Amino acid sequence: MKIMNMVNAINDALDIKLAEDKSVIVYGEDVGVEGGVFRVTEGLQQKYGASRVFDSPLAESGIVGTAVGMAVAGLRPVVEMQFCGFIYPAFNQIISHASRMRNRSRGKFETPMVIRMPYGGGINALEHHSESMETIFGHIPGLKVVVPSTPHDAKGMLIAAIESNDTILYMEPKRIYRAIKQEVEEGKFTIPLGKANVLTQGTDVTVVAYGAMVREVQKAMVMAKEAGISVELIDLRSIYPIDRETIAKSVKKTGRIITVTEGPRTYGVGSEISQIAIEEAFLNLEAPPARVSGFDVIVPLPKGEHHFMQDPYKIFYEIERIVKY
Amino acid sequence: MFNEYNPLKKAMFQVIDNDGKVINKKWMPQISDTRLLKIYKDMLFARVADLQIVSYQRQGRIFTYPPNYGQEAIAAAAGALIQDNDWMVPAFREMGTMLAKGVTLKELFLYFMGYEDGSKFENAKFTLPISVPIASQLLHAAGIGYAVKYNNEDKVIYAFVGDGGTSEGDFHEAVNFAGVWKVPVIFIIQNNQYGISTPTKMQTVSESLAIKAVAYGVKGIQVDGNDLFAMYKAIEESVKVCRNGEGPVLIEAVTYRKGAHTTSDDPTKYRTKEEEQEWDERDPMKRLKSYLITKKLWSEKEEEKIIPQFKEEVDRQFIEAENYGPYPKEDIFKYLYAEMPDDLHDQERQYDRFLQWKATKVK
Repeated sequence: MKIMNMVNAINDALDIKLAEDKSVIVYGEDVGVEGGVFRVTEGLQQKYGASRVFDSPLAESGIVGTAVGMAVAGLRPVVEMQFCGFIYPAFNQIISHASRMRNRSRGKFETPMVIRMPYGGGINALEHHSESMETIFGHIPGLKVVVPSTPHDAKGMLIAAIESNDTILYMEPKRIYRAIKQEVEEGKFTIPLGKANVLTQGTDVTVVAYGAMVREVQKAMVMAKEAGISVELIDLRSIYPIDRETIAKSVKKTGRIITVTEGPRTYGVGSEISQIAIEEAFLNLEAPPARVSGFDVIVPLPKGEHHFMQDPYKIFYEIERIVKY
Repeated sequence: MFNEYNPLKKAMFQVIDNDGKVINKKWMPQISDTRLLKIYKDMLFARVADLQIVSYQRQGRIFTYPPNYGQEAIAAAAGALIQDNDWMVPAFREMGTMLAKGVTLKELFLYFMGYEDGSKFENAKFTLPISVPIASQLLHAAGIGYAVKYNNEDKVIYAFVGDGGTSEGDFHEAVNFAGVWKVPVIFIIQNNQYGISTPTKMQTVSESLAIKAVAYGVKGIQVDGNDLFAMYKAIEESVKVCRNGEGPVLIEAVTYRKGAHTTSDDPTKYRTKEEEQEWDERDPMKRLKSYLITKKLWSEKEEEKIIPQFKEEVDRQFIEAENYGPYPKEDIFKYLYAEMPDDLHDQERQYDRFLQWKATKVK
């Protein structure tokens, strides 16, 4: 075991896969010499050389499009989008090619590749640096979208993503890049993609969150405990595929469900989870499924961001409302 | 060659004139008579197939189809030079190269009839499926180029795009990435004068499309795309450049789309009879045939004899494709992921239940 934050854990996962598999290639804007703007890839170019870890021209479509080519030719590219707000030029390559190549070629070609991308708010950033747009990507057939919430998960999920023969959008909650430290297993291990994790067992209400929102829920749970409310916390881990079974099992037990997500509300991940609860546990429900989420607005610049972001009070407010419903 | 025909000099590379007479001996490629005849027959086959497909489409037997008519020399030259282990990254108007790689006409028919199975290309190695979003495939070529170089493989990547595609950001990014990475990609622009209805002069005010290579710092050349010998030589030289690790190369092949963009398009709306007649003079088949007839390698008589055989072969493969059979329901689900997610399984099972119910209702 070794104490790591999420940045260390992701770096460790890349290090392990680069060492083990020569087909793994890491590139993106400033990921080589500088080690990435968040230093996630620090030291890897020095260790593995500039043909395996390198700076690409500044072009997101180019980065993802060339990764599609590398992947069909047998490499396992792991590319970085510098910030979530800059991924849109690459959207066409993701939705038109990376997610379709196996289906289009009836299994002849695959695109085993990982697109890493820091996302989410709460870091006092400029415009385009704070969005949580997982819903958009979760709606693309052929793509997998995953989000770790701890250093341990970040490492195990990234190794699993690199080893997967699918295209994975691996979203990194940058707000907790360095905020959480924990003991992480050394060496190689994987966490299966598509399985949610029940972090805390409870009886009164199920709360589903992922990424940086997990920690906010945990803070709200301190207030809930004082109020005598028992919360079952599920870390979703994977936006697509979505773990219906774990959600269903939990809501059947508690009868209440709240989702906590950062992105805009309408058509969001919270809406999908609510629908799963209705389909799977209609007769067990004691309150309507509730959503704590961003509003359907543009993420405000830092001085106004607290109006948009979810915090323990907003979450506890909803927990109390739903339990008393 | 790339110095002599530097795009800044604004000279288009040609070897034969409109009558098939050699006007540029220096750059006449060495092609044996047998091989040349084979290339001509392949072009003829592509043209026969193309015209026949358009008539099938008019009969409602196949959906939208983009004809190659008039552009056969480009795909044939690439087809003659591409090796089994080279990569083919098509746009969608390169029938000759696809057939040379081992793609069958039947597979192309299946695709345009609405079966993804037509993109399996069972006997064609290293050939990507047709890419519909314009120019997006060029980035795949640059990425494949990186992989080829990384693995020290002796392979060249042939990547195609049209003149309209050069306006896309992905064209710029692909040539730029390939240039920075020095990868063995031959980008071939089929400048057929129109992107659907929009003339090339409305795509760019660059002097040519080849001249864009200069800005990227890569080798480029403008070639008469209706001159088989010129195309052959330009690609042959490009392959050498790539194999020497000095790629990529950008070729602008100047040609004319004699047919429509696709079968849903009506070219009479945006071009004149005079213009079409002018380009008829430069038709690639006519020019090569004149050369072959002068050299006594071919005759009208032989052509008359072979065309019905080609038609029969096209028909045979078309009918095979027409009888391909029903589209298995499972196929829409099973290729999305390496392993099907549970939720998708559930969706398929729900659909099964619906189909079973429907079978009891629909007689």
